[in-house]
Order: sequence, then C-alpha cells, then structure tokens
Amino acid sequence: MNRLITALLLCTLPLAVNAEIRVFACEAEWAALADEIGGDLVESFSATTALQDPHYIQARPSLIAKVRRADLVICSGAQLEIGWLPALLQKANNRKVLPGNDGYMEASSFVLRVGATADVDRSKGDIHPQGNPHIQVNPHNMTAVARALSARLSKINPDNTDIYDANLNNFIIEWESSMARWEAAAASLRGKRAITHHKSWEYLLGWLGIEEVANLEAVPGLPPTAAHLSQLTAQFLSGGADVIIRAPYQHGKSSEWLSKRTGIPAIVLPLTVGGTDGATDLFTLFDDIIVRLTRAMDDA
Amino acid sequence: MRIVSLFGALMALTLITPAVSAADNTDIELLRTAIEDLRADYDARIAELERRLEVAEQNAAQASYAAQSPAPAQAQSSGQAAFNPAIGVVFQGTLWGIDGPGTESEGFAVGETELIMNANVDDKFAAYLTAALAFEDGASELEIEEAWVETTALPAGFGARFGRMASGFGYLNAKHSHQWDFADLPLPYQAFFDGRYVDNGVRLTWLAPTDVYMELGGEILQGEGDPSGLAASTVFANVGGDVGSGGSWLAGGSYLERDNMASLTGAHFVWKWSRDGNWKDRNFVFQTEYFDYGDVGVDGGWYAQAVYQPFERWRFGARADGLQTDADDPRRYSVMFDWSNSEFSRLRMQFTQDRTGTENRNEWGLQYIHSIGAHGAHSF
Repeated sequence: MNRLITALLLCTLPLAVNAEIRVFACEAEWAALADEIGGDLVESFSATTALQDPHYIQARPSLIAKVRRADLVICSGAQLEIGWLPALLQKANNRKVLPGNDGYMEASSFVLRVGATADVDRSKGDIHPQGNPHIQVNPHNMTAVARALSARLSKINPDNTDIYDANLNNFIIEWESSMARWEAAAASLRGKRAITHHKSWEYLLGWLGIEEVANLEAVPGLPPTAAHLSQLTAQFLSGGADVIIRAPYQHGKSSEWLSKRTGIPAIVLPLTVGGTDGATDLFTLFDDIIVRLTRAMDDA
Repeated sequence: MRIVSLFGALMALTLITPAVSAADNTDIELLRTAIEDLRADYDARIAELERRLEVAEQNAAQASYAAQSPAPAQAQSSGQAAFNPAIGVVFQGTLWGIDGPGTESEGFAVGETELIMNANVDDKFAAYLTAALAFEDGASELEIEEAWVETTALPAGFGARFGRMASGFGYLNAKHSHQWDFADLPLPYQAFFDGRYVDNGVRLTWLAPTDVYMELGGEILQGEGDPSGLAASTVFANVGGDVGSGGSWLAGGSYLERDNMASLTGAHFVWKWSRDGNWKDRNFVFQTEYFDYGDVGVDGGWYAQAVYQPFERWRFGARADGLQTDADDPRRYSVMFDWSNSEFSRLRMQFTQDRTGTENRNEWGLQYIHSIGAHGAHSF
C-alpha cells in the first residue's frame, strides 16, 4: 500500500509542482483553453478579465513582467490588442514571444474571420481590417484554436507531445458532445433577431442562426448616441427584435433605456470566462450563454 | 419585380378581354390577393430556408477551416508595399492667451507636427523614427526628434537601443507631446532640459525575471551641444505592479551626469486606477516627479498632477509644478479638461496661473491633438 502511494506521488508530483510552460493569454478564454490542453504542464495567466474591454488596456508594468517570463503568448489578434500588446512586447525583452516566433500565436488566424474589409477609414469608427476579432463565442472556432494550440505547445515542449495530444482529444470529444447539446437547446433561437451593443457577438449569432438587426453603437467603438438610440426606439417600437445583448464591461444605460421604451428584453451575456458567475470555464461559458438567451426569448 | 410582373399579367388580361364587367373586376382582385398571399408565403419560407442554409454553410465552413492544419494564412499582402513601415502623423496646435503685468499677448500656434515611422528591420532589429515638422520664425523646419534602432533578439531579458533617442531618465521624458496630459511640460523639464532630454547614444536595459516589474538601465550619450564625444551618462531603475483588480503603480529613480554640469537625480511615482481595470470607462491617474539638481542657485524641481476621467471621452486634471532656487520657489498651478471623440482625436482647454515672476500671470490655451495613420501602442 505504501509503495503504491509512493508510486502515485512520484507520478503526480513532478507534473503538479513544475509547470513547464508559462502561457500569457491576452484574454481569459485563451487562458482557459491553455488549461484544457496543457493541464498541469502549463501555468496560464490572463492579461484581461471579462469585466474589461480588451480594446482598452493599459500596458501595465505587471503585464510586462508576465510577458518577460512567458513561453507562449496567445491573443485573439486581428488588431484587438493593438493598443497595448505591442507596448508589452517591446518592453518585455523576451525574443521567444515576439510575432513570427513559436512563442506567439493569434487565435483568430486559425479561424474564418467575418467582416474583413479593405475599406479602412477611421470615420467608420473602430474598424478591424482583418475582420471581427471576437471569435471565441462560436464554439466551432474554439475547436480550431484548440488544435492549433495543442500543436504549438508540442512544438515548444516536444517532450510532452503525447500529453498535449491526449488532452486535445479529450477536450474535442467533450466539446463536440457539448456543442450538440448547445445546438439542440438553442434550436428555438433560430431566426430570432438581436440588437447588440457592439459587434462582439457576430460569431455567436451566426452560429445560432440569430439575425443581428442593429447595434447600439452608431459608429463601432464610440459610445451610443442619443440620436441613434431614439432612431432605434422608433424602428423597433412595434417589434422587429427579440433581445438586446451587451457584454459585462459595457454600460447598461443604453440597452436598458432602449429596453424600457420598446419592451425588448435587455440581457448581459458573458463574452468570456468570468463574465458572469455561471461562466467559470469554457463549457459553463456556453452553458450560461444559451441559458440566458433562451430565458430572455421565452420571457419575451 | 413583383409589381412589374403583376402589371404585365393584368395588361395581358385586359388585352384578352377588352370588355370587363364589374363582377370580373372583383374576381381579378380576389385572384390578385390570392397570388400575393401565396407569393409572400413563399418569400418568407424561402428566406427562412436561405437563412438556414447560410448558417449551415457558415458552420460547415468554420468546421472545414478548422480541420485544415496548419490553417492557411488570411489576408496575405504581396509586393514591395507590404514592407512599408507603420506611418502615423500627429497634428497639434494651440490657441493661447497670456495676461499679466507688462505682457498681454495671444495667438495661434501650430505646434510640432509629428511624423512617426517604425517597423521591424529583420529578425533581430527594429527601427523607429519621429520627425517633428515645425514653423519657427516664419520658416518651416524639419527636426529629427528620435531615430533609433533597437534589438529584439538579445537573450536573458536584455535590450539595447542606439541612435538618437529620448533618454530613459525620469518618467515624462520618454513621452511624446501628444501623450502629455497638459499642453506644456512641467517647470523642471523646461528648466533642466529646455523640453525633453533627447540625445545621441546607446542604451542597455535589463528586465528581471520576476513577477514584480523591475527594470534596470543605463545610457552613454553624447551630451547636448557637446560634439566632442561621450559627455553624458544615465542610470535608471523602475519597479511596478498591480494592487487589486483596478490599481497599478510604477516607481523609479534615475541619475544623469553631464560634463561641465551638475548631476541631476530624479525620482518618480505613477498610480493608475480604473474600476475592475476597465480603462475605457472611468479612470484616474496620479503622477509626480522630483528632481534634485546640484547646481549653484537651483536646487531642484518637482511637479504633481492628477487626471480623472469620470466617464467616457471627458477628462479633468490639475497640476502643480515648481522649482527650488536659493532665492525663492517659483510655482505654477494648472487645470485642464479635455474631450476625446475617439482615441485619435482630443480637444483640450487649459488654464495656468504662473507665479514664477514677481507678479502673477494668467495663461489659457485651447489645444488640439489629432492623429492619423498607424498609431503605436502607448506605454504605461
């Protein structure tokens, strides 16, 4: 018995104590994914929380210190972090994680991005020429990034390829059955119409077959204006939309205002892990999104 | 389309039956309504089917895209232009007025127009250029503000920079004028450097592999206005970290030695806060610097300032700055507010009471800062 316990301890101890790969994730969903794929082999850190708008982050000293020691930096990319990540990378003096090296990956480059445009003019607001960067809210994208992340971890840390492969397989199996469950639960949402605060939900709505009929922001990235809100009130007074969606870090004032005048329910959806009390990991993130959406539509 | 075809059908009916009775008219009406209903129904069904197809296609596309490994690169650019550096231009100008004993003036000044270019040189170097276009005494001037190359591939947390650069001395020194929270620099910068301390030379920095940010650096510089050689050197250290979910701080000390001049020692502290770290909404910045100057007559200088953004777009700030001299302690007090339509445009109003002279002088200014093109990420 004692020998068995010792053997077990020997097996688990090195893994539990020595995380081999330090992962610096720009957003919480990638930190959560790194935990799924890397297990005990990675120590993940998220630069932002679900309560922060990832477009606007200060290049804080603490983040530079984290990048300095990172083995892998994983970010959404498509210019989501353009206002702060380059400053971190420049100050961190860590060649491993600079773009072009194995230690740097942009999740959005492994999925089909929507909304890419050559029409880049700042009069149109916060434009992302490479497409919408909020890719994490379509679970099909998560599968793609999981595969890429597993491959990347194996490249950085080839000794543990078997473990990354096994973790990836387990994740994909569980993820695909979860996706089937979510898609079944959300079948009634197909064809519904949503007003969103910012274009953060394009991938989610595309996945569920919900139509995005309007944004609260008249110009992407700039706060909703009174004129635009009254126009939306007139437009949706007699129906035409089933729900108003915002992220936890977006001001509730505008969506509540529109909700009160039109009777369309306004809800908060977690945009990433930690956005709501229920969204504690990638699986519960989507559980919570589907529950909140269906509840709002049923009430309506 | 529908109207045209219905119109066509009606025309055909009219041609076939030249004499139409009232009863026939009702029949036609009924027929038309029936056809329209049918059409609307089909349109709705087709739209629904199309939407389903679109969703299915999109999900299938995502899945097949995901299945490819490695994923194909998107938005590839080709040609020589793909290697163009990031280029940005910052436009600045001030409308100002000064009201004091013996001096009463006002005017419009177009400040420095900054031209910024940067790019990676190759896998081991990156380069950066800032040129300032200014009008002075009726003539246009082009001044190379900064032009440096830095390493990107040194191991063990080291980094080196060489060329013309803003020194790592102090905190505000490394900030370009478009990043300042007030239209002008605090008194110690004006007194000790006549602006910012920018010089030619070499810098080496090292970042400690710790969770607390700790940077050490040193520079060997030409020494302003001294073409004879390496006449200036600096050493500096910065530490920083987070407090809770919304606070972060940076503290540092620096030392500058220049030939034929007294040494200058600087200390700075910066505190930034936003609720839950969500900077876009409400935020607060406090920063202060102190300079100790070993010269006869001038002992040192300082400033302290606070800027608060109560809600998106609007910021309000106050600053006090001063010098310590053997004779007296000249001071200024400033307040400002600014409005930023986006992160690329800012309009500012500033009022300063200048108590550096024998009598107080009031200054006010309206400032604009607008930037186009690529705009690099701002450091802390």
